[in-house]
Amino acid sequence: MAITEKISKTTTPTFWEGEIPVNYVYTYGLAGETFFRAIKDKGIFLGTRCDDCDVTFVPPKIYCDRCFEKLDTYIDVGTIGYVETFTVTFKNMDGSDKAKPRILAMIKIEGTDGGIIHYLEGIGIEEVSLGLPVQAIFKPKAQRKGGIEDIIGFGPLKR
Amino acid sequence: MVDLDKCELGGTHLKSSDFEKCKVLTTEWTPNLGYAWDNGVAIGRYLAELKEGKIIARICHKCRRILLPPRMFCELCFRPTDEWTYVEDTGVVNTFSIAYVNWDASRRGPKEPPLIPAVIEIDGATKSMGIMHMLGEVAPADVKIGMKVRAVWKKPEDRTGAITDILYFKPLRAASPKKRAAGKKR
Amino acid sequence: MGMRKVAIVGAGITKFVRRAQETGKELSWQASKMALDSCGLTLDDVDMVTLGTAPDAFDGVHMKGEYLADGAGAHRKPYMRNYVGGGTGVFSPIHGWFHVASGMADVCLVVAEEKMSSCHPHPQGAFLTIFDHTTEQPLKPTLIWIFALEMNRYMQTYGISKADIARVSVKNKGNALDHPSAQVAEKITIEDVLNSETLCWPVNRLDISPASDGAAAVVLASERVARRLTDKPVWIDGVGFAIETAYWATRDLSYPRYVETAARMAYDMAGIKEPSKEIHIAEPYDPFDYKELHHMEGLMLCPRGEAPRLTAEGYTARDGNMPICPSGGALGVGNPIAATGLMKVIEIFLQLRGEAGKRQVPGKPTCGLAQAWGDLMQMGTVIVLRS
Repeated sequence: MAITEKISKTTTPTFWEGEIPVNYVYTYGLAGETFFRAIKDKGIFLGTRCDDCDVTFVPPKIYCDRCFEKLDTYIDVGTIGYVETFTVTFKNMDGSDKAKPRILAMIKIEGTDGGIIHYLEGIGIEEVSLGLPVQAIFKPKAQRKGGIEDIIGFGPLKR
Repeated sequence: MVDLDKCELGGTHLKSSDFEKCKVLTTEWTPNLGYAWDNGVAIGRYLAELKEGKIIARICHKCRRILLPPRMFCELCFRPTDEWTYVEDTGVVNTFSIAYVNWDASRRGPKEPPLIPAVIEIDGATKSMGIMHMLGEVAPADVKIGMKVRAVWKKPEDRTGAITDILYFKPLRAASPKKRAAGKKR
Repeated sequence: MGMRKVAIVGAGITKFVRRAQETGKELSWQASKMALDSCGLTLDDVDMVTLGTAPDAFDGVHMKGEYLADGAGAHRKPYMRNYVGGGTGVFSPIHGWFHVASGMADVCLVVAEEKMSSCHPHPQGAFLTIFDHTTEQPLKPTLIWIFALEMNRYMQTYGISKADIARVSVKNKGNALDHPSAQVAEKITIEDVLNSETLCWPVNRLDISPASDGAAAVVLASERVARRLTDKPVWIDGVGFAIETAYWATRDLSYPRYVETAARMAYDMAGIKEPSKEIHIAEPYDPFDYKELHHMEGLMLCPRGEAPRLTAEGYTARDGNMPICPSGGALGVGNPIAATGLMKVIEIFLQLRGEAGKRQVPGKPTCGLAQAWGDLMQMGTVIVLRS
């Protein structure tokens, strides 16, 4: 049964504007705290390993999501990886053009089953390919705060 | 056996000083959550009438309720409602509160009077058809459930077509001087 | 009805705290792992997972159900999230009950989680949007208003004093001293409650439960599996749920009719005809102290308006005729919105097995219920358990 009235003039409908005015402060969790402190203080990536399932998690987890066992040994997994997949971004979040296109990649950390999403730096669009080896570039220690921005990006392997 | 006392329970308690002293790493984000909600036929008309200084309701012929705020379908009978009707801008206080905190849990300052939100059953609508609004021009100690109130409107040129075109509801009769003297902060 | 018998066979819970370091995923894992360990099961034994968590706006994680999934053991398993505000904690095991009773699963892991501390300036701010955006939010309401308005109407309708209501907060905060997860357990007096800061009269600070982070989990099993795992299965004999209109200002605020509707559904299923006699122990939802009384009446555990008198007479104390909130409730243990109801279900589970430690009520209860309530004062969820 249809509603008995409808609006036929297109300029008549009205709307109400509002917002949800909250902001967030996130803790990183037990594993995340360890991971980001290692980046901040030592410039290294840590992971956790489940030997039963033969899985190494990066970023680390305090539990194996496959068998649910507790994982509490952190291992240095190095800072080298390879491009698992990538995209080239041309727009900002608000729809405006980026000054320069940037390459966003999923970087698989070598020897692990995990990866980090970040930008590629010092690699041209025509140079990037699946499987390209890359290495993390960190900010100088004094500038690191313990967050994903402590990593400037992933660049060509250092010789 | 499930023994809560013997297990080591998860959950690591952090104090606010842990954040202030940066003992724990954090990241912050302020989302940009702005919305434009379509008012629809019923609320569109409700707001337009508020701009004219009137309160309008809808009638369902099946259950014979006079619905406020108006809606284009009756949620009890699950059928479209049938006609518009104006109701009064007076009513009766169903319940109220005296508020000393704001929406974000901050406290109202010493010079800010407490807010008095209330549920007001509007005259002309079905009994118990209430809307939430504020009470004003009344001391907290004088507010009573069952009190008769009347809307105080913004000046016509200041109205925008919003629930706030009604500034607040005030008592139809002022409280007696004896009651006012005896009143204390609740 | 043709549905299979379902039992709760294991339980796990974290501490409830104002700010936890753990992410929501880690809290979920801590509670879920403890629940599986408590009945000797591994993740391989779990057929389906259901997780309850209330607004995404608290944790500040969009699609929170999907985010929490791996912490809830749902890796490559059938998984559903359920969400009815504060009613979630009791709705989650009801949701899990459907999975097992229907025959689709033999073991279902039920998890409930909330991490409210991420929300600034205060989680209460996220509740702003519970009000109608056009006809109510411009008045800048706070959630406490709804409670205060309802509490005032309840008090006035039955002539109840603030002291009668404050007694519930004293009881529950005291009961919580014996709960290992408790966040705000303390020994207080009625005077302490009445003298605490008036937030929105008639609500004072000690009338309210806190904002919390926490998680809880239970393991549900079909009869065949349950009898193999434990000689003390706790059967889910009745489930009920009902929702009321969102036009909350048009309702009779002195009586939660939607709780009665949900209760009747659960009692019918459990074959309970006189709840005040057949229910031995109950955990109604108590985010505010008056709500325990309000809900006792909605659950038909006592006549309308009588709950305050019975509380004053000690009827609802741990050693009373019908212990109410022996856990300490939301008021004493804490209120991580979705997890609170499941904490209450776990309490009844432990009490019926005689495993509630210092909180154990005398008399060997065999039939209990947990109830939760949520959304815009709308949702009633009830579960009846029997040993």
